Amino acid sequence: MKEPLFHIVKRDAVPWWQAWLVRIGAVVAAILACALVTVLLTGQNPVDVLLTMADGAAGTPRRLWALAQNTAILLCIALAVTPAFKMRFWNTGAEGQVLAGALSTAACMIFLTRFFTVENADGTVSAAGNVWLLYVIMIAAAILSGALWGVIPAFFKAKWNTNETLFTLMMNYVIIQIINYFAYQWSVPKGSGAIGIINLDSKIGWFAELFGQTYLINILIVVGLTVALAVYLRFSKHGYEIAVVGESENTARYIGINVKKVIIRTMILSGAICGIAGLLLVAGTDHTVSRETAGGRGFTAIMVSWMAKFDPLVMVLTSFLIVFLQKGAGEISTQLGLNKSFSDILTGIIILFIIGCEFFINYRILFNFGKKTSGKEVKTL
Amino acid sequence: MKKVIALLLAVLMVLPFAACGKPEQEDKVKVGFIYLHDENSTYDKNFIDAAKAACEKLGVDFIEKKNIPEGNECLEAAEDLIDHGCNIIFADSFGHEDYLIQAAQKYDKVQFLHATGTKAHTQGLENYHNAFASIYEGRYLAGVVAGMKLNEMIEQGKIKPEEAVMGYVGAFTYAEVMSGYTSFYLGAKSVCPSVTMKVQFTGSWYDQTLEAEAAEALIKTYHCVLLSQHADSMGAPATCEANGIPDVSYNGSTLAQCPNTYLISSRINWEPYFEYAIKCVIEGKKIDTDWTGTMATESVLLTELNTKAAAAGTQEKLDQVKAALAAGTLHVFDTNNFTVNGEKLTSYMADVNTDPKYEKDTEAIKDGYFAESLYRSAPYFDVEIDGIELVNRNYGD
Repeated sequence: MKEPLFHIVKRDAVPWWQAWLVRIGAVVAAILACALVTVLLTGQNPVDVLLTMADGAAGTPRRLWALAQNTAILLCIALAVTPAFKMRFWNTGAEGQVLAGALSTAACMIFLTRFFTVENADGTVSAAGNVWLLYVIMIAAAILSGALWGVIPAFFKAKWNTNETLFTLMMNYVIIQIINYFAYQWSVPKGSGAIGIINLDSKIGWFAELFGQTYLINILIVVGLTVALAVYLRFSKHGYEIAVVGESENTARYIGINVKKVIIRTMILSGAICGIAGLLLVAGTDHTVSRETAGGRGFTAIMVSWMAKFDPLVMVLTSFLIVFLQKGAGEISTQLGLNKSFSDILTGIIILFIIGCEFFINYRILFNFGKKTSGKEVKTL
Repeated sequence: MKKVIALLLAVLMVLPFAACGKPEQEDKVKVGFIYLHDENSTYDKNFIDAAKAACEKLGVDFIEKKNIPEGNECLEAAEDLIDHGCNIIFADSFGHEDYLIQAAQKYDKVQFLHATGTKAHTQGLENYHNAFASIYEGRYLAGVVAGMKLNEMIEQGKIKPEEAVMGYVGAFTYAEVMSGYTSFYLGAKSVCPSVTMKVQFTGSWYDQTLEAEAAEALIKTYHCVLLSQHADSMGAPATCEANGIPDVSYNGSTLAQCPNTYLISSRINWEPYFEYAIKCVIEGKKIDTDWTGTMATESVLLTELNTKAAAAGTQEKLDQVKAALAAGTLHVFDTNNFTVNGEKLTSYMADVNTDPKYEKDTEAIKDGYFAESLYRSAPYFDVEIDGIELVNRNYGD
């Protein structure tokens, strides 16, 4: 009988510091691999490339703010998919749920602004005293539409056990087409297909600057959400129910949990948080909506959540890491005159190492050197 | 708890990197360029090459940011370029405009330049500027070449005068495209009075398949005997070469790929604008709010004439028309040379100021011609004139 060269054995639980040593080792190995690839492909000094990445992501105070803002948005969407994932409901529709929230926010800003303005003497308009109501409506609209886009697949799953992965994914394409339609209907100038920045001069419906920082409100909201969701998942009865449904629906049913109710309730929550992400994107940063508003973050967020093992606090780190890499990689193409594809290669290498190292935390490889193979010599093909 | 410690450790690991950045000097002129795509797009390559040439000629530093989408990324890119010490920032795509305006409102010491935009003249910002070129003049000249070719075909008995039908593959039914095909048609009509034209829109600036299909339909279904285009791929020129149909291309010569059918092509050369704007900043002068490049500034260029495919005497005729345009004795949109619903156009309100209601706000007929690119640099001619039939319309989805 042939004995393989090595075989793979499941590890017992490793101490947390050991697991983190493996992870840090993976990052170091990834950086070395990047350096090697850089030298082989471009002949650039790999140290320069890595320093440029760090500089691009965090080299100036403004870049640090942009880094924090982008991390916050990605984290927000990762938070949104997490309760569903913990329940083993594969919500691949975060992109669409964010866009639903973004579209409603933009619609409120376009159509309701006129009810909350006063005309100045010089013909310009500025916000009226009751403008807070506009923000309330925007927030409500974003949350409701995100939740609606999330609950439709959940309802079908609970009622007829449809495949949620495909259903949520398809919902993305539906909302993208709806946005395309409205982007044309509301485009300025006509036919350009772009809505343009809404209320560019009056800034009504925009999140205000806090201490001179444009993105601070977004960041604070996401910090609050992170803490709230961590508490919700860890300490609340709902969080416990989500965990049980995720482990085994039969167990959940046996101990008297209404599985359908939990699925629907959790997807409302998941969609609602996505809606908030859409709100932050439109009112906080973009001030317009297009099919690119979510920019693929709905899918990246799945990786963020997964890499953090669905722990909201660890997600702060994983989302930061991914945004840091993206920002840094973008800088490489700017500074060193390399094609953008090259920075994508580096990002890919680093993420591959980080995800791959989880394998070595959970399993170990036993080599069979020196052991006698029983019986005949085995030919290799 | 342990996870939180781990988290802190990881963040600490990254911090040494973060400390590497250093502020850049601000007194030197440094130009930042924002592009929608990279060199693989002919549209962006035209800007990228011009930017490089202008900056090297003037000896100023520059940084490029490629593949910047038309979203908040554009604002972030602009701010990042300011962090790099740029004091002139340029963006090349129509959808970048609002984000550049936002940056201009925030950073009043930095000059912002935007190609193809429409809002500078109404926005009232000292440091925000639009630019375009009178490419309609280039297209008119290319149209003259097309008209000469049609005349040759008529003289040789290949087609009857009434069969002189041109086809045009357009991207979208906007003023920019309409201004282009109308000037092309008027150029052809100035030498070949019986010419008519069919226009088919693809709904995309770059789609090789759709453009080839449109060209195919124009040739086979609508019996067009000569083609031109306002879209960025090789779809139409390649289809013409395969069918032996003369073609006027756009944005650069296609002689190498289409040696038998390529006639001529027109393109915008952005180098003069970049030179002008950078010089203004160096010398501390004001940059025009709306700058329109012309043949005189060498912003509008015709590429090489394919003497093998073009009619005899074309070059002489071209020189003659070019001189008349430069002298101002000839206007492309002279109202004596076209009719709308059988009547001469005496008044036309154009939508020059961008607003959500698409209000027609400015009288564009002046001294007997449609004054294109006078009230703002980006084209606003969107009149549908007699002799041109739109096969379809596409305002984008």
